[in-house]
Amino acid sequence: MSEENNSSAMDISDKVMIELNNVNKWYGNFHVLKDINLKVHKGERIVVCGPSGSGKSTMIRCLNRLEEHQAGDIIVGSTVLNNDLKNIETIRREVGMVFQHFNLFPHLTVLENCALAPIWVRKTPRKEAEATAMKFLERVKIPDQAHKYPGQLSGGQQQRVAIARSLCMNPEVMLFDEPTSALDPEMIKEVLDVMIELAQEGMTMICVTHEMGFAKTVANRVIFMDGGQIIEENEPNEFFNNPQSERTQLFLSQILEH
Amino acid sequence: MIVNDTKLPDLPPPSSTSGIIGWLRINLFSTPFYSVLTLVVGYLLWSTLIPAFQWIFIDSDWVGDSRDACTSGGACWVFISVRMDQFIYGFYPETEYWRINILFVMLALLIGALIYEGTPKKGWIAAFALTAFPVISFFLLYGGSFGLEVVETHKWGGLSLTLVLALVGIVASLPIGIFLALGRRSNMTAVRSFCTVFIEMWRGVPLITILFMASVMLPLFVPEEIDFDKLLRALIGITLFQSAYMAEVIRGGLQAIPKGQYEAADALGLSYWKKMGLIVLPQALKIMIPGIVNTFIALFKDTSLVLIIGLFDLLAIVQAALSDPKWLGYSIEGYAFVAFVFWVFCFSMSRYSQYLERKLHTGHGAR
Repeated sequence: MSEENNSSAMDISDKVMIELNNVNKWYGNFHVLKDINLKVHKGERIVVCGPSGSGKSTMIRCLNRLEEHQAGDIIVGSTVLNNDLKNIETIRREVGMVFQHFNLFPHLTVLENCALAPIWVRKTPRKEAEATAMKFLERVKIPDQAHKYPGQLSGGQQQRVAIARSLCMNPEVMLFDEPTSALDPEMIKEVLDVMIELAQEGMTMICVTHEMGFAKTVANRVIFMDGGQIIEENEPNEFFNNPQSERTQLFLSQILEH
Repeated sequence: MIVNDTKLPDLPPPSSTSGIIGWLRINLFSTPFYSVLTLVVGYLLWSTLIPAFQWIFIDSDWVGDSRDACTSGGACWVFISVRMDQFIYGFYPETEYWRINILFVMLALLIGALIYEGTPKKGWIAAFALTAFPVISFFLLYGGSFGLEVVETHKWGGLSLTLVLALVGIVASLPIGIFLALGRRSNMTAVRSFCTVFIEMWRGVPLITILFMASVMLPLFVPEEIDFDKLLRALIGITLFQSAYMAEVIRGGLQAIPKGQYEAADALGLSYWKKMGLIVLPQALKIMIPGIVNTFIALFKDTSLVLIIGLFDLLAIVQAALSDPKWLGYSIEGYAFVAFVFWVFCFSMSRYSQYLERKLHTGHGAR
C-alpha cells in the first residue's frame, strides 16, 4: 500500500493529480458509484479491475465528465469538476483518454486525427502541430501510416494512433478505458508495449484493464471494484499474491486460473 | 498429420462466367423463366423505344419559324426553338437579356470550378459562390443601381426564374436545416422545443398551401405599407418548407454517428461547435448525401408549384405558350421539353452526388 514497496524505480511525486471524495453516481435509481475515495499522485500508474458492471469504466469516465457524478467532489489538477463549462474544458485539455473502440475520426487521416485538437483547442500553428503529431506517431511506431485513414489500419494500429492522438495534447494524466478489450490477441502486445513505455516515462496513468500481466509490470497500485465500490486497493505484489477480501480472491481465481 | 508445402497457382475463371457470352448467360438467360422475362421485356422496349426515337429524332422538324415548317408528322421542335427566348428569360426585356446571360456564364464557371478536382483555393470560390454571387445576381437581375434599369420581379420568368427559386432554396435550406437539426437534438429545452415545433409545423402542411398563404394571406396580416414582393414571399415559403425536410434528413445523419465520436471529441476538449463542425457534421453530411440530394431534387421540381400563385416558371411559361392560337396542338412537345430540362438538372445533381459519395469514401471498418 505504501509507495516505498513499489519495486520499480519510477518517480512518484507528492503532488496530487486527481482526488475523488465520496463520489456517488446513479443511473436512474441504479446506484453505480458508491462513496468512491481515491487519490492519484503525479507519476502513479493505477490499474482498475473488477467484474463487468462494477462501475470501473463509469468511474474513469467521470474524471473528464463523459459521465456526470451526482454527489461528492472530483478535483483534477487544481480544478474542481463541476457544471462550469470552463472547468470542464480545462480538465479535458489536461486529461487524455483512450477508448475501448478507439473512436478515431474516420473522415480524417491519421495525421489529421492527431493534429486536430492541438490546432483547434490549443491554437498551435498547423505546421508545429503536425510535427508534434509525427513525433508521437513515431513513438507509437507507425509514422509510415500517417497519411492513411483509420479504416485502412488494423485494430492494434488504430489503438496506437488513438494513444498518439491523446499524447499530442500533452496531457498530465492518461485514462485508458479497456484499451485492449476490442483487439485480436496478436495485437494486444503492440498496444501494451506502447503503454508500458509510456509508464516508464513517468506518465500518470489510470487504466481499466483485464491485462493482469500489465498490472504486474507497471502498476504501482491495483484497485479492485465490485458493485460500484472500491473493494480492495494494494500494490500489485500484495494484491495478486495475498488478496484480502473474499470477492477479490474469487475474481482473481476466475481470471488467473487457466 | 497433414502438411502442405506447395502453393497452388492462380487460375483464370472458367469461360462460361466471363466474356459477353458469360455475361448474357449469368444476367439475362440464367434460368428458363429469366429467359422468357428477358424476351418479353426486350419486346416491350423494342416496340416502345423505336417509335419514340422515330418521333423525336427521325420524323421531327427542327428548323423554321412557324407551324408550316412542321410537315414530317413527327415532333415539331420548331415550336420550342421559336419560343426559346421566352422559355429561358420569361418576360424580361429583350434588351436586358445580357444581364441574365452573364449570370448563366458565371454560374456555369462557378459550378465547373467547384466540380473540377484540381481547382486551387476551392474554399474561397465556394465562399464567393455562397455570399458574393447571390448579391451580384440580385443587383444584375433586379437592377436599380449602377445605371441598370429596374426589372420588376413579375417580369422574371421561364428557366431563369426556375433557377432563381431552386438555387436560393438549395443554398438557404441546407444551413437552416443544419441549425434546425442541431437544435432539435440540443440539450436546451427552449431551443429543442422551438426547432421541433417549427419542423413539424412546416412539414405538416402541403407546399401549395404554404404558397397560397404566402401570396394571399400574408398581405392580410401585415400593414399595407409593407409591400412584400410576391417572389420574395414564394422564396421564403419554399426555403422554410424545404429546410424542415432538410433538418429531418440531417437529423437522421446525426443519429447515425456513433456515440464514441462525440465522446472522443469531448475528451479532446473540443467545444460544442468545434465538435459539431469538425467531427460530427462532416461525417453526418457525408452519409446523408443521398438524402440531401434527394431533397434538393424534390425542391428543384417543387419550384414548378409557384405557377399556382401566378409566377411564370419554366413549366408555367411553356403552358402559357401552348394556349397560343398559332401553336395549338403541340402540347406533347412542350411538356416533353419541360420534362427534359428538369431531368437534365436533376440527373446532373444525382450523378454529382454519386461522385461525391465515392470521393469521400475513406474505407470500411472505421468507428
